[in-house]
Amino acid sequence: MRRGVLTRVITFSVLALLALLFLAPNFLGKKDSSGKAEMPGWWPGFLPSDVIHLGLDLQGGSHLVLEVKLDKAIENHMERLKGDLTTSFRDKGISGVSVERVEFTQLQIKVASASVERVRAILKADFGNLSEAKTAQMSASGTDFHMTLNREETRALRDYIVDQSLETIRNRIDQFGVSEPVIQRQGIDHILVQLPGIQDPQRAKDIIGKTALLEFKLVDDNVNPEEAVKNGAPPGRQVLFGQVGKGSAGVGAVKAPYVLEARTLMTGEYIQDAKVRPGEQLQGPYVELILNDQGARLFEQITAANVKRRMAIVLDNNVYSAPVIQERIGGGRASITGSFDIKEARDLSIVLRAGALPAPVEIVEERTVGPSLGRDSINQGITSFIVGGAFVILFMIAYYKGAGLVAVVALVFNVVFMISMLAGFQAVLTLPGIAGIVLTVGMAVDANVLINERIREEIRAGRAVRSAIEAGYQNALPAILDSNITTFLSGVILFQFGTGPIKGFAVTLCIGILTTVITAVYLTRVYYDYRIGTRRLERISI
Amino acid sequence: MELIKPGSKIPFTRYRKIALIVSTIVNLAVLAFLFVKGPNLGVDFAGGTIVQLKFQQRATIPDIRQALESVGLGGSTIQEFGQEGAFEFLVRVEKAGVEVAALSDQMKKALAGKFGADKVEIRRVEYVGPKIGEDLRWRGTISVIAATVMMGVYIWIRFASAFGARFGLHFGIGAVIALIHDVLVTVGALMLANYEFDLTVVAALLTIVGFSVNDTVVICDRIRENLRKIRRESLETIINTSINETLSRTILTTGTALLVLLALYLLGGAVIRPFAFALLVGFTSGVYSTIFIASPVILLWDKSFKK
Repeated sequence: MRRGVLTRVITFSVLALLALLFLAPNFLGKKDSSGKAEMPGWWPGFLPSDVIHLGLDLQGGSHLVLEVKLDKAIENHMERLKGDLTTSFRDKGISGVSVERVEFTQLQIKVASASVERVRAILKADFGNLSEAKTAQMSASGTDFHMTLNREETRALRDYIVDQSLETIRNRIDQFGVSEPVIQRQGIDHILVQLPGIQDPQRAKDIIGKTALLEFKLVDDNVNPEEAVKNGAPPGRQVLFGQVGKGSAGVGAVKAPYVLEARTLMTGEYIQDAKVRPGEQLQGPYVELILNDQGARLFEQITAANVKRRMAIVLDNNVYSAPVIQERIGGGRASITGSFDIKEARDLSIVLRAGALPAPVEIVEERTVGPSLGRDSINQGITSFIVGGAFVILFMIAYYKGAGLVAVVALVFNVVFMISMLAGFQAVLTLPGIAGIVLTVGMAVDANVLINERIREEIRAGRAVRSAIEAGYQNALPAILDSNITTFLSGVILFQFGTGPIKGFAVTLCIGILTTVITAVYLTRVYYDYRIGTRRLERISI
Repeated sequence: MELIKPGSKIPFTRYRKIALIVSTIVNLAVLAFLFVKGPNLGVDFAGGTIVQLKFQQRATIPDIRQALESVGLGGSTIQEFGQEGAFEFLVRVEKAGVEVAALSDQMKKALAGKFGADKVEIRRVEYVGPKIGEDLRWRGTISVIAATVMMGVYIWIRFASAFGARFGLHFGIGAVIALIHDVLVTVGALMLANYEFDLTVVAALLTIVGFSVNDTVVICDRIRENLRKIRRESLETIINTSINETLSRTILTTGTALLVLLALYLLGGAVIRPFAFALLVGFTSGVYSTIFIASPVILLWDKSFKK
């Protein structure tokens, strides 16, 4: 009556071998940056070579959640649409029309009675993405249209802005040089960025978070900047301040005001490349912009038309410099000077190359862990695993003797299976995840306790050992399954809820439950069935 | 080795009134505490910034505060963190007047100025924006409630086939009441011990919900079995017999879990300590609530239905 003991022994042996294969890279290999281990030469290439991925809390790194300021971007979009409408009406020779932005996403178009039909036709033909927010209001003097972006258009715009931001951030991070970054969209307007092992999180944040909207604007030298600051800028003009060197000046430093024409002559979208160049003596390095052909032509036109005027180079509403245009500038090269050191200049060139973000972003969550803390956490985790495991092993053997030893062997298999599954599934091991493994060690023996208590009961009730074992397993099984299913369910809820490290706990908890049921119930059973099959079993140590 | 001698006949349900009264008082006290004082929310839920610092040499809280005053962060909460003599501190900034993104950088400069650049290390920075904090708070609460209800529904469905829908429902409700008790006791203990509520605490509460229900399942399973085996006895006797029969299992299982948790609590480091503490309390409470609350509730409901 062996009931397939051999088959099961073979099955578990194969499983154990597989588990060891998945674990081997963690011991044999040297970890390189891509998460693959550098395996010794004799290790065949077709075998697994992934090492367990450590979470940011264990290996150090930054976890950032950015919020894309969609409102701001949509506002800009509406302003652009307003400009388009105005231009379109002017080009078609319609007079007596005014376009204003009212509320957040509404454009109010006031039209004199004579032009209403023509405006309506243009709206229909050329601005199909706009729909009427409310029905047109007619009065004696004319008609008011209230137009807004239709819902689909708004959604598409949002998606475009967030995707574009994500792409830009990915470009910047790639150029910054981080191995295995994670950049994902989360929900409607959030972007998750994970940067393992970075040394200078502040710098990374600066690079990611900069909008990097580069604009060229003319300086209006006819207005006194100090007065404009006091009394507000005249119509069509704006006051912006000179850039403050990050390194030297702090809060309260004097910033030089500039009065600029509000109209942007050109933006950074034509930048093909940006390079750091060493400056003259006494001057810091500067960033040289290389424009693409279209940009070069445009820049030539602009400079030709404004010789002897000052042109401000504005980045994110900070005036970097405002040199006088001496002559028409061909060749598509421009430079940004300012008081920055070489590192700042390099970072600036990165963001300019990667392009501007279509909307400002704000860091709404940050979790940064230094590498030394991660190492401490790993050591503490391993210590508590060893000590906790030793407690459980001693206790089980003391309490159940032989049967306790069987449970302990199953527990060892359990841990091996659990960790190899983490490695095989490419799951991420976090500090709470280690706690989950330790906890599983404590909870896994529950199944063996249930079985062993049952067997004891059955033996006390006078059953023969063999049938006591069978009844023990059979009667304990429903309770074991139930209790593991309930814990599994809460693990699933936890996975849904959790972020980063907590997810790691949920994963180890759930994997631990699977391996527990396999080892504590089915693996131990093989041993007893083997004993039952080989000799007459009259006593067991339990 | 045996902890509980076979054939023990402790009349647990006899103590149900006193247990229910004591537990109700405890739970109401926790609820009152929760609503009057409110839990001590960590940055995960309240929003704000924490910075973990490690010094190479002796540093005191007043020294650190003085250094931070120069960048306008003198009002931060500073506390020692981790083992004594490790010179590790946790600085919590509620609402920064300065730009949050540059906070840790400013702090580093200020501290480097006072203690020397290589003498202080920023080991961890966590910033959670107010909106995210609110969102996490909401989702955390919901997930604990959802898990609790789900356990009740699971037990209801699980035992409905054996006892019929109504009786299965009693088991489910008994389990849910026991779980609410465990969660509240844990929350109360965390507040008394002055731990901050953060994501790991939610993880702990969910684990408690998933684990504590195990004892209830095992005992209910035994009640189901005994109801078939012993037909002449009253439900109360059957419940008592079932609790006694599973008692050593209940104690052993929780015992081994508590052993590893004790190891985690003592050796797992300061980050994991609140988590281990919550589980220690919750698992212990789980044993009590299964024996003295879940089972009597079944009895209570059964009696009220018979009338």
